[in-house]
Amino acid sequence: MATRVDRRAAAAARHRLLPGGRLAGPMPWIIAIMMFLTVLAAAAALGLGAAVRSMSADLAGRASVQVVEADGQARDLLAARTLRALRGADGVRAADPVDPAKLADQLRPWLGDAASSGDLPVPALIDVMLTPGDADAKLDRLRRLLGGLSPKLRIEPHAAFLLPLAGLLTALGWLAAGIVLLMILATGAVVVLAARGAHDSHRGTIDVLHLMGSTDVQIARLFQRRIGLDALMGGALGFSFAALVILLIGLRLSATGSDVVGAVSLDPRGWLLLAALPIFGVILATLTARWTVLRALGRAL
Amino acid sequence: MSAIVQFENVGLRYGLDSETLSDVSFSLAGGGFYFLTGASGAGKTSLLKLLYLAQRPSRGVIRLFGEDVVTLPRKRLPGFRRRIGVVFQDFRLVPHLSAYDNIALPLRVSGMEEGEIDAPVVEMLNWVGLGDRGQARPATLSGGEQQRVAIARAVIGRPEILVADEPTGNVDADMARRLMTLFEALNRLGTTIVVATHDLPLIAQVSGAQMMRLDKGRLADPTGTLRYPPNSQGRA
Repeated sequence: MATRVDRRAAAAARHRLLPGGRLAGPMPWIIAIMMFLTVLAAAAALGLGAAVRSMSADLAGRASVQVVEADGQARDLLAARTLRALRGADGVRAADPVDPAKLADQLRPWLGDAASSGDLPVPALIDVMLTPGDADAKLDRLRRLLGGLSPKLRIEPHAAFLLPLAGLLTALGWLAAGIVLLMILATGAVVVLAARGAHDSHRGTIDVLHLMGSTDVQIARLFQRRIGLDALMGGALGFSFAALVILLIGLRLSATGSDVVGAVSLDPRGWLLLAALPIFGVILATLTARWTVLRALGRAL
Repeated sequence: MSAIVQFENVGLRYGLDSETLSDVSFSLAGGGFYFLTGASGAGKTSLLKLLYLAQRPSRGVIRLFGEDVVTLPRKRLPGFRRRIGVVFQDFRLVPHLSAYDNIALPLRVSGMEEGEIDAPVVEMLNWVGLGDRGQARPATLSGGEQQRVAIARAVIGRPEILVADEPTGNVDADMARRLMTLFEALNRLGTTIVVATHDLPLIAQVSGAQMMRLDKGRLADPTGTLRYPPNSQGRA
C-alpha cells in the first residue's frame, strides 16, 4: 500500500512530467476573470429573482377599491357601505379607508391645490388586505360582491400596478442567468483550447510516454490535474473578488432606502449557490480537459 | 526457441507515396540477437516502428508474443508496448526531466510504487556509468551520456524485446563497443535484441548475432531466412 510520502513523491513526479508552474500561464488568470463575471451575473440573477419574489409576496394579497362617484355625499355613503361589505366578506383580512387628506397629498404634485379643494371628483379609496393563499380567486369573489353593490365600485389588485416592473426584473434575471450559461460555455471553450495547446506543446513527451506503454487515461490525468488546479486557483481568486464586489454593491443598495431596490438581496442559500460556482468550474475544467486530451490522443495510434 | 516476432508479407505506405516496406516476411526467436542493416533510406527505421508499435502496417500480418497486433484494439497496445524497450535514434529523452526521472519513466508508467522505484533506477544509473549524473538534465549531458540514459530507460522495465535504432550513430568507437557489451549482457538475461545499424564492423563484434538486410524496403534475402554475419558463421 502506498504511504503518504509515496503519494507525495508520485504527485511530485507527475508534476515534473508537465513543466510550467502554478499561475505561470494565462489559464488561471483567464479562469479568474471568467469566474468573477460568472459570479456577478449569477448574483444578479439570484438577487433579482429574490426581489421579484419579495414584491410578489408583498403585493399578491393587497388590492384597492375605488369608489368612483362624482357627488361627494353619495361617494361617502357608498364608501361606508362598501367598507362594511368588505369587512364582512370571506377572504378579507382587513379593509381600511385611505385618508382623503393623505390621498390629496399624493395627488398634489399633479393636481396642485385643486386636489384638496373638493371641487375635483377624486375617488374614495379603500385598502384591502386579503387572507393568505389563492389571491386571484378571492379577488374574483370580491369583484362579484362589489359589482352587486354598485357599478361605481372598482377593485384593482396592487400586483397589477407593479406588473411591468416585476416583468422587467424577471427579464433582467433571466438575462443574467443566460449570461451565466454563456460564461460556463465560454469557460469550457477556453479549457478546450488550453488543453489542446498543452497537448500540442507536450507532444514529444506524450509520444515517449505512449511508446513506453502509457494508456490514454494515464496521460489525460496529467493534463486534467494541471488544468483542474489552474481552475481551482483562478476560480478561488475570481470568486473572492466577486464576493467583495457583491458585498459592496449590497451596502450601496441598502443605503438607497428604496423598497424595490432594497429587495434585491442574497439570502444564505444564494451565497451557497454562488460558492458552488468555483467548485462547479473546477469539475467542468477537469472533465473538459480530460475529454479534450482523450479525443486528441485517440487520433494517434 | 519459439518465434517472438513474426512479419508476414508486411507492406508500409505513408500516404499516397510508394511503399516504404514491401512484402517483408521474417520471424525472430525469443532470446535472439538480431541486427537490421541496410543503406540509409532502406526502411530500417520504418520496420522498427512497426516492431515497437509506433505504426500499423498498410498490409500484411505482424505477430508479437503470439498475437496479431495489426488488428489489435488500440486500448490493448499499451500492454504490448510495456514488453518492448526502445532506444530511439534521437534518444527522445524528456528534456525537462533529470536523467533519474527519464530512466524512472517506464516504471512509473507501469504503476510501480514510488518507494520501489529508487533502487532499480540507481542500479541502472550505475550500470551505465552515470551514478553521479542522476540529477543532470539531458541538455547538460554529452551525446554518449544521453545515449546511455536512453538505453537505461529502455531496459529498466526488463523488456522482452529491446529495439535500438542506430544506437551507435552518435558515439565514438569505444563507446559503441561498450554499448554492444551492455546489449550482450542484456541478451544473456533473455531479452531479444534488435539493433538497426549500417555499421558492419560493429555487427562483426557480436558473436552469435543474426543479420537482416533491407534494400529499398525489401528484405534482401527473399526467403526471409536470417543470415549470420561473415565472421560469426557457425558460432550460433
